[in-house]
Amino acid sequence: MNQQVKPVKTDFKYVGTRPIRPDGPDKVTGRAKYGADLNLPGMLFGHIVRSPHAHARIKSIDFTEALKLPGVLATMCADDLPDPGDRILPGAEIEMKLKDISPIIMARDKVLFHAQAVAAVAATSASLAAEAAKLVRVEYEVLPHVLDVHAAMRDDAPLLHNDMFTQGMNPPPTTPSNLSVDFTMDMGDLAAGFAEADVVVERTYRVPMCHQGYIEPHAAVARTDGNGRVEIWCCTQGHFMVRSMTAEITGIELGKIKVIASEIGGGFGGKTTVYGEPVAAVLALKSGRPVKIVMSREEVFRATGPVSSAETRVRIGAKNDGTITAIETDILMESGAYSSSPIMPSTMFAAACYRCANMRSRGREVLTNKAKVWAYRAPGAPQSIMAVECAINEVAERLGMDPIDLRLKNAVEEGDVPLFGLPFLAIGLKKALQEAKNHPHYRAPLQANQGRGVAAAFWINAGMQSSATINVAADGSLHVLTGNPDIGGSRASMALLAAEVLGIPVETVHPSVVDTDSVGYCDTTGGSRTTLATGGAVIQAAEMLVAELCKRAAAIWNVNFDDVEWSDGKAIARIGADLENLMEGTAAAASAPKVLTLAELAAMAGATGGPLCAVATLHAHNAQPAFAVNICDAAVDRETGKVDILRYTCIQDAGKAVHPAYVEGQMQGGAVQGIGWALNEEYIYNEKGELDNAGFLDYRIPVASDLPMIDTVIVEVPNPLHPFGIRGVGEVPICPPMPAVVTAVNQAAGVRVCDLPLTPPKLLAAIDAA
Amino acid sequence: MPSVQYEAPTSLAQAAQSLHGSSDAKILAGGTDLLVQMKLGIRQPALIVDIKHIPELMELTLGDRGLHLGAAVPGAIVSAHAKVGNMYPGLVEAFALIGSSQIQGRCSAGGNLCNASPAADSVPALMVNRASCNIVGPKGTRTVAVEHFNTGPGKNCLENGEILVSMDIPLPAPRSSDAYLRFIPRTEMDIAVAGAAVALSLDASGVCTAAIVAIGAVAPTALLVPAAAVALIGTTLDDAALHKAAAAASAASSPISDKRGTAEYRRKVVGVLVRRAAAIAKARIEAKV
Amino acid sequence: MSTQKKTHVSTTINGEPCEFLCEPQQILSDVLRTNLNMTGTKEGCTTGDCGACSVILDGALVCSCLVLAVEAENRSIETIEGIAEDGKLHPIQQKLLEHAALQCGICTPGVVIASKVLLEKNPDPSEEQVRYWLAGNLCRCTGYDKIIRAVLDAGAVMRGEARS
Repeated sequence: MNQQVKPVKTDFKYVGTRPIRPDGPDKVTGRAKYGADLNLPGMLFGHIVRSPHAHARIKSIDFTEALKLPGVLATMCADDLPDPGDRILPGAEIEMKLKDISPIIMARDKVLFHAQAVAAVAATSASLAAEAAKLVRVEYEVLPHVLDVHAAMRDDAPLLHNDMFTQGMNPPPTTPSNLSVDFTMDMGDLAAGFAEADVVVERTYRVPMCHQGYIEPHAAVARTDGNGRVEIWCCTQGHFMVRSMTAEITGIELGKIKVIASEIGGGFGGKTTVYGEPVAAVLALKSGRPVKIVMSREEVFRATGPVSSAETRVRIGAKNDGTITAIETDILMESGAYSSSPIMPSTMFAAACYRCANMRSRGREVLTNKAKVWAYRAPGAPQSIMAVECAINEVAERLGMDPIDLRLKNAVEEGDVPLFGLPFLAIGLKKALQEAKNHPHYRAPLQANQGRGVAAAFWINAGMQSSATINVAADGSLHVLTGNPDIGGSRASMALLAAEVLGIPVETVHPSVVDTDSVGYCDTTGGSRTTLATGGAVIQAAEMLVAELCKRAAAIWNVNFDDVEWSDGKAIARIGADLENLMEGTAAAASAPKVLTLAELAAMAGATGGPLCAVATLHAHNAQPAFAVNICDAAVDRETGKVDILRYTCIQDAGKAVHPAYVEGQMQGGAVQGIGWALNEEYIYNEKGELDNAGFLDYRIPVASDLPMIDTVIVEVPNPLHPFGIRGVGEVPICPPMPAVVTAVNQAAGVRVCDLPLTPPKLLAAIDAA
Repeated sequence: MPSVQYEAPTSLAQAAQSLHGSSDAKILAGGTDLLVQMKLGIRQPALIVDIKHIPELMELTLGDRGLHLGAAVPGAIVSAHAKVGNMYPGLVEAFALIGSSQIQGRCSAGGNLCNASPAADSVPALMVNRASCNIVGPKGTRTVAVEHFNTGPGKNCLENGEILVSMDIPLPAPRSSDAYLRFIPRTEMDIAVAGAAVALSLDASGVCTAAIVAIGAVAPTALLVPAAAVALIGTTLDDAALHKAAAAASAASSPISDKRGTAEYRRKVVGVLVRRAAAIAKARIEAKV
Repeated sequence: MSTQKKTHVSTTINGEPCEFLCEPQQILSDVLRTNLNMTGTKEGCTTGDCGACSVILDGALVCSCLVLAVEAENRSIETIEGIAEDGKLHPIQQKLLEHAALQCGICTPGVVIASKVLLEKNPDPSEEQVRYWLAGNLCRCTGYDKIIRAVLDAGAVMRGEARS
């Protein structure tokens, strides 16, 4: 469907208010059903057999002993899945080869990381399935493994894939290696830019591998109808994605799969792929019984998610007046055992906040024998932005300039051309920086051993495909159906958007997230796209509905369609000389009311043309970027290296905040994830390649007592391409926190630690060495 | 899976019988260690003996002879007892640091000791409060000083069939108090990277007349550090004395490097904690008089 | 294993007598969720680190993943399903909604349970006390800000100082 360019709406009645979310009562009372909350009669429990080695050849898999246990009813391994060949997977957020994802579901020939899935069993109880899994005999030929990106790039490194040839090199290499991607983007003349500079800052920053850390483990229940149709219930960010990926991975016809999205207990990108869903489907087909697979927390940490570590060398040149003359970034990103890292966005967006004629950014992706990485909130951007923003702060320090002033001097604005694409339209970076500068937080005095860090950040935001259906019930209530799992309040936004267009109280709009059979295709909830794109489909459907309602009213009144307008939930016949004349003398005009409410029109729907329903689908190309600025105050205990976050403020351009409370929630949640990544979160592998902290005890996400209140300031520079001015808001919040925290902590401690996380031992060692 | 039995005896005699009948029994008090170990596959006992229905294990009395604390009393009950908190502030703050509010509802003083983690928060605090452990077993009863209870990581002095029933903690002398501090990277929910407990007595002129210092998470078991105590006794707990005690604690430690911290870091920080805990204990005495 | 005899347990859940059969090693959260289909109690880790499975056991806040179901014999359990009374939300539930203090909502039942125990024990807690009390309830979505505000506000309502 084409997108009309209409003036952006600025006067709102419902959008911008803060109603209670429609799914809220179910979620505070425990009624809401999440992934692991479905129990079916006769249900079996699946359990995954995982590799004890970080790198090994699978010689054989023997289920004999497991099948001897009474109650063990089905088993599977990669032999039950089609060979992925060289097929490209449709529907994934990042273009992906099936051979890079099918082995995550079940390893084929080789295991490439510890805890990779190699087989599965289904049994009548969870404990029995666990016991049976222990009896599956897998014979391995152990191979040497590599856990470090630099070691993995050496010629003598163990090779993970013998068909992996570095992409992006010219000419292409003739020997395979663990370096999967090496590409560079250029603009202007870098050498000339540095020659012009009065100050050059060069540093290398390291950001560790981390995990999305959603509290709900992956869970799925699959059942079949005995006739080849499969129904999957699961917690996912995209059930249409689950349908297509399951079809590709298992070979089950896509049309025979229906996926029902449960409520989702967090994802942050980590639930934009499948793990247990295809396994449950195959085990259900083989056993003829429903099969449930729920991951343990340990499995979640060992075998899902993690997030790429990155080492970024950054070099920035600036003149004494603060003009930035050159920016170079060189990012080395770890992808785990298969190519799937967000090296492209990391490379493209590292310095997107700055207008600079001379830029170069190089990105390399390296494979290691660790869990295959996956997307995390603004995939790839936090790692490289971390380095650039810290370096910008160092440039400001060297120039004796206020770091916000330096940014204001160089911030991109409308018309500026970034390294990666078309000129920016109206954007809110400068406004956000100005808000930061004016915020009382920025002027509050600091005490001894305290520091303040500022950082800005960019995220591209996605559009992609969405659908919405709106049904009108006989009482005039609206039922809005979409296909995007509600991960943080999106039902409330869908309701507000429909209420705004129809002009009816938001309480009369009932949004639902429905299954893959019940609404048009929707891409995954991710890329900050749901409010923009699915919300865009809701707006379109609501506008179609308004047109239909006016048509019905016109017919009832026997007037022209153009003489009916929709306002505040009512069709109104225009009062004007022409209209009066037209209507005068006709029987219809004499008896027709001049106003028909939505409820009245709905009640008459059967007699005026049938049920009222509107369907809109779109491929959104109107996404526009988000910018955010954070201010962080931190204190450091000089005797223990302990960091205390004292005060935190987030400023962000939301375009238009549809439900401001949930926009603030995204800003606060993203900030705290970034704080955790900066201070304590990291994957710790032992030398055998086993994750040493596979639990919430030692994978330390922030707890309530670690934090102050997180202040928020929403800036609204409308997206000129969206009818309501909406931008995405969900991802950019995680981009500025790491550099803001690192700058504050280093300043407080009087050190410059560039290797994250800034753990107490690391900080104390730096303090003692200083 | 081998079948698991569960028993909930209501007397020590019954418990002894249960334990006698099984070679692979584990005692369940709060379960905050045992059930995690079972979940992670570290332990698979054949018999679980729940001791929370035995009256002696659930006693908490504060009398002339001090605190008598049943081994299975949960942390939340100890913390809720205002008089105990006034009498042994450091001990209670150590108990209160064992896990979250949820863990506090279950975790027991006896369990924290018997689990024999070198990082157990309550153990250094029990040591500086001169706790003694009352043990009942097939050979009768015996009493062991808390500092001799644990013998290594995950190892304690209990023999087959023995149960830790309670602990006795004598009343502090007049003009005495204690404090416990631990270091963790977050503010809550972590295992101690280092811990330190200090108990002090002062005379009327502010001179330290008695001191006990114990450290945790920096050796195979929690340790008493007599040299640190010596550094404090006879001083007014001035900076020099505190730093001397800190140095003695660091010197006495023999930490390891692991995912929670490096040996070098632990050695340094345990001294800082001793110094700070001593200052807190001193301030507590001064606040009382 | 499959032949292992199950244990019969008589207990009280949300004020109502309840009987169930379970394996002796089954944890309470699993029995609530799987055997009794009371899935409002969530499981995020089953090692006592996340607080999603919080329930009230004889008045004490506990992780139901660190309680054996057989321990429930003759005891009283309060779960999230029993917090709203006669269809009316508890002030904590109401305030969490008003403050938009949940995003994905998976931690919410545990937060409700833990906050209820806190406010019954300490009707007027400071922000710091709420933060430390809820340190065992991990939330990955909200950054805790709105949760803390909601609990403080609910306390005011329960003390009669603010409107519900």
